Amino acid sequence: MAKILMKGNEAIGAAAIKAGCKYFFGYPITPQNELPEFMSRELHKVGGCFVQAESEVSAINMVYGAAGAGARVMTSSSSPGIALKQEGISYIAGAELPCVIVNISRGGPGLGGIQPAQSDYFQSTRGGGNGDYRLLVFAPASLQEAVDCTMEAFDLADYYRNPVMVIGDGMIGQMMEPIEFNEPVKRELPEKDWATVGTKGARKPNIINSLALDPAELEKHNIKLQAKYKEMEENEVRYEMYNMEDAEVVMVSYGTTARIVKNAIAALKEEGINVGLIRPITLWPFPHKAFEEIPATTKALLSVEMSMGQMIDDVKIASSGRWPVHFYGRSGGMIPTPDAIANKVKEILGGAR
Amino acid sequence: MATQQVICAGFGGQGVMSMGQLLTYAGMIEGKNVSWLPSYGPEMRGGTANCSVVVSDKPVGSPIITDATTAIVMNLPSMIKFEKDLVKDGILLINSSLIDKKPSRDDVKAYFVPANEIANELGNAKVANMVMLGAFLELTKTVEVDSIVAALKKVFGPAKEHLVPMNKDALERGAAAVRA
Amino acid sequence: MAVVFQRTNGLTEKPFHYCPGCTHGVIHRLVGEVLEELGVLGDTIGVAPVGCSVLAYDYFNCDMHEAAHGRAPAVATGIKRVHPDKVVFTYQGDGDLASIGTAEIIHVAHRAEKITTIFVNNAIYGMTGGQMAPTTLIGQKATTSPYGRDAAHSGMPLRVSEMMATITGAVFVERVSVDTPANIRKTKKAIKKAFEIQLEGKGFGIVEILSTCPTNWGLTPTESLTWLQENMIPYYPLGNFRTPEEAK
Repeated sequence: MAKILMKGNEAIGAAAIKAGCKYFFGYPITPQNELPEFMSRELHKVGGCFVQAESEVSAINMVYGAAGAGARVMTSSSSPGIALKQEGISYIAGAELPCVIVNISRGGPGLGGIQPAQSDYFQSTRGGGNGDYRLLVFAPASLQEAVDCTMEAFDLADYYRNPVMVIGDGMIGQMMEPIEFNEPVKRELPEKDWATVGTKGARKPNIINSLALDPAELEKHNIKLQAKYKEMEENEVRYEMYNMEDAEVVMVSYGTTARIVKNAIAALKEEGINVGLIRPITLWPFPHKAFEEIPATTKALLSVEMSMGQMIDDVKIASSGRWPVHFYGRSGGMIPTPDAIANKVKEILGGAR
Repeated sequence: MATQQVICAGFGGQGVMSMGQLLTYAGMIEGKNVSWLPSYGPEMRGGTANCSVVVSDKPVGSPIITDATTAIVMNLPSMIKFEKDLVKDGILLINSSLIDKKPSRDDVKAYFVPANEIANELGNAKVANMVMLGAFLELTKTVEVDSIVAALKKVFGPAKEHLVPMNKDALERGAAAVRA
Repeated sequence: MAVVFQRTNGLTEKPFHYCPGCTHGVIHRLVGEVLEELGVLGDTIGVAPVGCSVLAYDYFNCDMHEAAHGRAPAVATGIKRVHPDKVVFTYQGDGDLASIGTAEIIHVAHRAEKITTIFVNNAIYGMTGGQMAPTTLIGQKATTSPYGRDAAHSGMPLRVSEMMATITGAVFVERVSVDTPANIRKTKKAIKKAFEIQLEGKGFGIVEILSTCPTNWGLTPTESLTWLQENMIPYYPLGNFRTPEEAK
């Protein structure tokens, strides 16, 4: 199929529909508005339905209902709106329902700004809502990857009966790049015999629920959830290793920031400085195993983020004290420049020599 | 080809976004690697608009342009804002219909195109962006004019295909304006 | 021997956890009977709230979905949009519906979702131990209004049915009570009407049912019924506030 040029927000919507998403519940917030707008134009054409909810809170609870009713369903928002959705996300994870949540994130805290940021790393990977739960979190760096991740997200959500988040910064939402829609690798997906579709008098009622007043029962449920998350950690880690051979410094960066990092790597190469990149594609599960492949030449790690340093905690955990971990980040919608990143690398090497 | 990093900037309504999109689309048609990144937010509404286009035979790294090879500026605020982002010997394409000042940098190649006058002569003020794009293509050969026309046909669809010839004329007049 | 009374198939056999004298049991039974009589049990999905009826999903003999506090109408919207041919209802108390869930209840009606809401108003938070609700009456003591509700401090009690009747999409709004056998029969009629309207696809319907909370009111079950009659009904008048005919 020939590639087509689409805006990120619309490409994610189109990918969702290709993946069989029929329902979308959302609320306007910049910079993701083209996504609900696209869904409002397109979903009815595939026999689905778009509803603009009265709030992000309601939108995620509509997702909760639709997911429980057995549908492929999605919502999207941007950082403060995702904060509002945390209640529903926790319930959906607790009730073990599949859905896809897109966060086209912006600077915070509070109302923050509307320009690209990656300051929702904690919110995405550390729960965000209450309780012991995890989301599978994809952080695409290009529109093609955003499309691929979104399409696969629906299968993964169904497979694990767990919400899957696709997080892109404002750039992913707003930019245009050529894309094509590729079918994800087929998975054996379990039948949704738990869904609330009416008993037809033929079976006992199905109950969608995240409440367990008996502590022993709730603990058992949590142990079951943890086993599922363990399986995700074993099977769903995605990452890219770039220019690792003889790397003196290895940068760790995700999303569009990783693309800027690649420009910095190219510039440093011209100066004879070899720098590698570990680019997590899944933020959770974090690609710890990528750090086992770091070459002996590496003297330090550098976490580069559009935040004041959130992923750096995971980089430190993954490094296990084997390398000093440095940080370079911009925040509030300010975007790191390749020059500034390259200078930070030189500063680190200067210090190490 | 060398990687082209192009900033298109002007007032909202001058067609700077669509100029950038057409260039991106044409690059894609030619099998090149492309990206288009708009400014977004309140500044779009009646203020200045700009987009960054990367066209390359290598995979596009950052879609954000810090070292522009070309800046196409449709109004004065855009020139003031973006001329500093040009690389040495970069191209500064100035809409001289609306910009009567000289650029402050003397290490870039400045070209003056009276885009609005030319567009008005063609009978449609809206094609000023295409005049500038034509000039850009003549100077850089980033993509073929035919690819822009093919992209136009895609974007316009059958209902507006009758507008293609005028846009083609505008591209040609823009090219003529910078031809040595 | 002729059977004159038996368990409704609209409810499961699970024993209720409700306090002695609480009228939730009566209301559950009425809803179960109506669903059974309408022959829709196998095509119904109910949404349980947070509050005393949080465990309602164990009692109704149909598919059930538990919701977060106040969000039952949003969850119900999600279900109904996926299954427009199914019967969807929410069962909510006054803390759930009239306080934390006001946005959801207003907008489920505003969108004219074809959903039925059973709204149980006992003028207090029961599950959490008797705190003041938006529906708590002036002078009524609650654990967070220990001197009695004061209008200057907490405002006047919220009249939900009157408010809902101002929304075009709410095509059926009726306030009933379960304080006497006659009123219980009227309540069942209202519940049935609300579900019939959903089946006819006319819009959103809500039945507000005045109910008792002997435990948190600190009264016996019979005293509670008297208190409801003497205090709640004067402030929350019974009657129909909207029918589909009027809504046109």
